[in-house]
Amino acid sequence: MNEEKLIPHLFRTEYRKIVTVLCNTFGMQHIETAEDIASDTFLQASETWGIKGLPENPAAWLYTVAKNKAKNYLKRDKILSEKIIPQIKYNTSQTDEPEIDWSDENIHDSQLKMMFAVCHPSIAREAQVALALRILCGFGIDEIASAFLTNKETINKRLFRAKEKLRSENISAELPLPNEINNRLDAVSSTLYLLYNEGYYTSQNEHILRRELCSEAMRLTFLLTENERTNLPQVNALLALMSFHASRFDARINEKGELILYDDQDETLWDKELIKQGEYFLRQASQGNRLTRYHLEAAIAHWHTCKEDTKEKWESILQLYNELLILEYSPIVALNRTYALSKANSIEEAITEAEKLNLSQNHLYHALLGELYKHTNKDKAALHFESALQLAKTAEDKQLIQRKIAALGC
Amino acid sequence: MKEFLFIYRRDVNNIPKGSPEEMQAETKKWIDWIGGIAAQNKLVDRGNRLQHDGKVLKSTTMITDGPYAETKESVGGYSIVKADTIEEACEMAKGCPGLANGGSVEVREINPM
Repeated sequence: MNEEKLIPHLFRTEYRKIVTVLCNTFGMQHIETAEDIASDTFLQASETWGIKGLPENPAAWLYTVAKNKAKNYLKRDKILSEKIIPQIKYNTSQTDEPEIDWSDENIHDSQLKMMFAVCHPSIAREAQVALALRILCGFGIDEIASAFLTNKETINKRLFRAKEKLRSENISAELPLPNEINNRLDAVSSTLYLLYNEGYYTSQNEHILRRELCSEAMRLTFLLTENERTNLPQVNALLALMSFHASRFDARINEKGELILYDDQDETLWDKELIKQGEYFLRQASQGNRLTRYHLEAAIAHWHTCKEDTKEKWESILQLYNELLILEYSPIVALNRTYALSKANSIEEAITEAEKLNLSQNHLYHALLGELYKHTNKDKAALHFESALQLAKTAEDKQLIQRKIAALGC
Repeated sequence: MKEFLFIYRRDVNNIPKGSPEEMQAETKKWIDWIGGIAAQNKLVDRGNRLQHDGKVLKSTTMITDGPYAETKESVGGYSIVKADTIEEACEMAKGCPGLANGGSVEVREINPM
């Protein structure tokens, strides 16, 4: 890898390590300083490497520079030097200089703790995702802005407020106590799931970036499964769910960047390794007595890895959707459940049930009814697809619906 | 929206004793029905089934077996739903699979304490 490509690559992988390790060493209150030090380190790298060439071990070079910058900063900062350094010395070695531990173990540990800090309940959900992308994934502000379809100022403000909260609420980067691990892990899981969905479902053309959001969400979820305190069934269920969805990544977009619906996908393009990985984590998830939405969603996603339509498949999916709705309502789940009802019970029953849903402002509601009517009443199907087209907001959705209308042939 | 309690009653002497498949089909009807209410975002609590037998206290000394000593209908379970009016709640209750087996649904508005 040449220097031009290496620096952005290292930025993605090393920035987060430097920030989280520094925060873990000096405390979450100093998160902005940790970010400044990390950014300065990369600035220095691009200047120095351009003149002197690449060092032998670029990551180690970055860690050393970051450490020296941290030391210089400490000398200037009174509070840090008087209160925090003696503690660090006490905790680590007896030398005069504070030690920063760059071992894989500490990097790993620091990221895990940072995940709980970032997903603290007092920080707004959207800000949690932005903060996770910045601190835990090393995304640039402009990348986060385009992931959220917004501008840099909005993201900067969001990040600023989130960091304010970290300070004002005195949130520390620690693993939660065993009695609160379930609740805190729920918050972390739902942020990771949101991050994943942001990549999987948001409508925009930056396919590569979307995919990266998904793989980052999976990487962080995987980190949780590697620590025995956070390796709980719901985390495995979430990772199984992500793996099953990710297995269809290549099959759901064609060369033109258009979305391909499940029924029209070429299943030979489904990634078998990811399906196997999902099955592994689903088995790991089937322990304990807590049935979470991730368990149910992973089980549904698992059924969808088998494309053949069988009575058993749709009946199982319907019952899983029933359970999911009983656990927690969501309009999308209600619509999906109605589709499963049409497959497991009958189209007529599904139409009657769909009309009770009270979701007529949702384009997917009309798309579903169009789908349900298309065999028995093409005129009604066309009317619903037309309504769906008017309500759809994104170009991709509109395109999909137009294809449906064209397929009706009326 | 108000909350309503659905009380499911059926004739204890006339509970269908079907094959395991028939029982499963019956359970499916119930869960499909409750799932349909949940899909409208109108389910508050799916509730529970109740054991057949119980005891009734009429005073501290008078305890009788079975809640159905004087009536053949016994409460088999309950759920809580939400609706704007009792008429809307009754409309939902019309889908209850118990009705087809001679059971009944009592619909009562919950008056929060």
